Amino acid sequence: MKSKANKDINFKRFSRVAESNLIIIMAVLILALWMANDKFLSFVNVTNLLRQTAIIGVLAIGMTFVIISGGIDLSVGSVLAFSSILASKLMVAGFPMWAAIGIALIAGAMIGALMGIIIHKGKVPAFIATLGGMTIVRGLVMLMSGAQKIMGLPGSVVDFAIQRYLGIPAMAYVWFITIIIGWFVSKYTVFGRNMYAIGSNIEAARLSGIKIGINICGIYAFSAFMASVAGMLMTARLGNGVPTAGQGYELDAIAAVVVGGASLNGAIGSIPGTVLGTIIIASIRNGGTLLGINPFILDISVGGLIVIAVLFDQLRKNKTK
Amino acid sequence: MIDTIKKFVRMENICKDFPSVKALQDVSITFNTGEIHAIVGENGAGKSTLIKILMGVFRETSGVIYIEGTKVDISNPVVSRSLGLSAVYQDVTIAGDLTVAENFFLGNIPKNKLGLVRWGYMYEVAQKALDALNIKVDAHSLVKDLPVGQQEMVVIAKKNFDRSKVMIFDEPTALLANEEVRELFKIIRQLKNEGAAIVYITHRLEEIFELCDVVTVLKDGKWVDTLPVSKTTEDELISKMVGRTIEDMYSIQHFEQGEKVLEVKNLSKMGEFENINFKLHKGEILGFFGLIGSGRTEIMRSIFGADMLDSGEVVVNGKKRSIKSPVDAINLGIGFLPEDRKTQGLTLEMSVKENINLASYSEISNLGLINLKQEQLNANEYVNKLRVVTPGINQKVLNLSGGNQQKVVVGKWLCKNSSIFIFDEPTVGIDVGAKTEIYKLFQELLKDGNAVIMISSYLPEIMGITDKIVVISEGKYMGTVARSDYDEEELLKMASGIK
Repeated sequence: MKSKANKDINFKRFSRVAESNLIIIMAVLILALWMANDKFLSFVNVTNLLRQTAIIGVLAIGMTFVIISGGIDLSVGSVLAFSSILASKLMVAGFPMWAAIGIALIAGAMIGALMGIIIHKGKVPAFIATLGGMTIVRGLVMLMSGAQKIMGLPGSVVDFAIQRYLGIPAMAYVWFITIIIGWFVSKYTVFGRNMYAIGSNIEAARLSGIKIGINICGIYAFSAFMASVAGMLMTARLGNGVPTAGQGYELDAIAAVVVGGASLNGAIGSIPGTVLGTIIIASIRNGGTLLGINPFILDISVGGLIVIAVLFDQLRKNKTK
Repeated sequence: MIDTIKKFVRMENICKDFPSVKALQDVSITFNTGEIHAIVGENGAGKSTLIKILMGVFRETSGVIYIEGTKVDISNPVVSRSLGLSAVYQDVTIAGDLTVAENFFLGNIPKNKLGLVRWGYMYEVAQKALDALNIKVDAHSLVKDLPVGQQEMVVIAKKNFDRSKVMIFDEPTALLANEEVRELFKIIRQLKNEGAAIVYITHRLEEIFELCDVVTVLKDGKWVDTLPVSKTTEDELISKMVGRTIEDMYSIQHFEQGEKVLEVKNLSKMGEFENINFKLHKGEILGFFGLIGSGRTEIMRSIFGADMLDSGEVVVNGKKRSIKSPVDAINLGIGFLPEDRKTQGLTLEMSVKENINLASYSEISNLGLINLKQEQLNANEYVNKLRVVTPGINQKVLNLSGGNQQKVVVGKWLCKNSSIFIFDEPTVGIDVGAKTEIYKLFQELLKDGNAVIMISSYLPEIMGITDKIVVISEGKYMGTVARSDYDEEELLKMASGIK
């Protein structure tokens, strides 16, 4: 009897963790896919899935910060291409790889900071500022590249995409590192607390002495930095600088964050949630492909999942009210 | 006379169980036509639950509702509206960007044969409805351009226009100035005389004696008593509600005043206020009295750096200071508790712990890294000190009651070591019990040598609590009155701009 009571307590504790629903959904989904096709959990497939998901996964980390702060960043796909083309051009021009990557990451983050300034100082809604940013940066990418692929990158770039350490793809490690950074910053730093406070109530945050401008800039710079990191991964995977890369990725990143339990009204969301959201969406796509399901049907499923995730959340909220 | 009064709504043995609490237990109540029926009780007494059941927002767990003797089943708000029941809530709910007339016809816009809107007809009818209640509002004006008081009148006129037979008012005067309250009462009496049954919920007991015919007291979800207003007293009602008398309510211990901590000279801001002067001392509680819209809040926001000043001097602890942002004011030891806790004072989705530390993270962090232990210690310290009722420091502030939320805001400034506290309408929407807690809190702040400014539109409160009152009328400084010279009529005159 006693052990049953203990189990109950453990279950209650588990269900209080905000991400408990997602963990259950993920477990059920993975189990179902594995039963339908035992290749799904094979080492080769799991590591493939990690590699395919890394790029969206990294974008979603930055997007989580923006969405928690009550904003949205539609420019990440374009910033991804920008950093990719910039780094490629620098490398082709003879810059050492580390310098090219460093410059591309910093330049990308600066685009984000600039958008933060426009959003805060200019009081332009984030949706509009980053929508404009998305189009402007994409245009810039086309100008820089002449709408052509940038070829002739050093072989080590392409190698990175296929490299594995301890059997796990190098690209997945990059994703893991961004997860740890994102989780740490959101949970243990003043910047992280400020981000939640701004998303919860920007006026209360201001009246509590939080410097709104610098924090908003930091948040969008962080998102753009993550987009630039994703741009580096993209460059490695494609082996070239591709100016059309990352188109539509902003929506996949937003989807991952929302399925991960974040609220577009701000203040609610977490890095673990986003990681689970990313994995759930990726599993549907990957598992569906393994099972030979029509990819259009997979699109319908993922779209449905996004809506259901939010619907479910609303229902739960109304219940507790 | 007696014949015209008849039982309109009868709620019998209503019970409502929520998962964790019995919100209502066996409550029976009757609302008669041509009668104003007050419902009083502390927060959590079950007033709102009772009304929400009548409005179809909640389903009763058990019990029966009769309307004009017929048993009805109010399963949702549409049913309730079709039965002629309507409610005017504290926070006015109408579409701000539409005109008054459009709001009247919302969901039922009159159309001509071509399906086009009959604008002329709409404005004419709406204007008539307003005139019928003597509401001086143009049906063409946009709702958001009207003062809160008039917005409320518009809502009432709309409900009346919808031919509501039962009108429920939930704290209708919470946001109104005295002038507007009088207007509102006139309208409510007119509705009563036209045969409506009025339900009136309020925390301000003296309103009941001015306006209502019958009063029902609820406590902890149970019916306590229903009395004719003429046969009871404020004291009796309070003791029925909480077991406390009125003298205890609006009084605190006063302390000897120390040196000057804040002085304001010739403060001006175009279109808001001009030439404001006052002084604040250690251990002093200074009242700021004026009608709503008189500029009290704007003055305080400017001192705090939330808005910009045009001219004037702010002297803090003997030094002239230029305060350009809340950060400057906070660093000088000023804490501001805005009128609207929920939209300006708290980050509701965050925990009690985070809200208490919100202004202090720079002190409890190193290179941007939070000292989590100190964060927790701070939270526990002020939760205990202020007796915040919460299941734990990790509870979201959203789930706390109004009084406890207010305490969390105070905790935020105590944690930041503030010594000058500016409270803007600290007790609006808070029940009697929580109010006394807030006053006790003032007493403790003053005892520890802090200084307090309290903005309030509520005379019994401001006269009972403060050492001095600064009166503002339409952005102009009308004078400072010392406690020994407090006179209700005089203060009202000053606030209306008559010297």
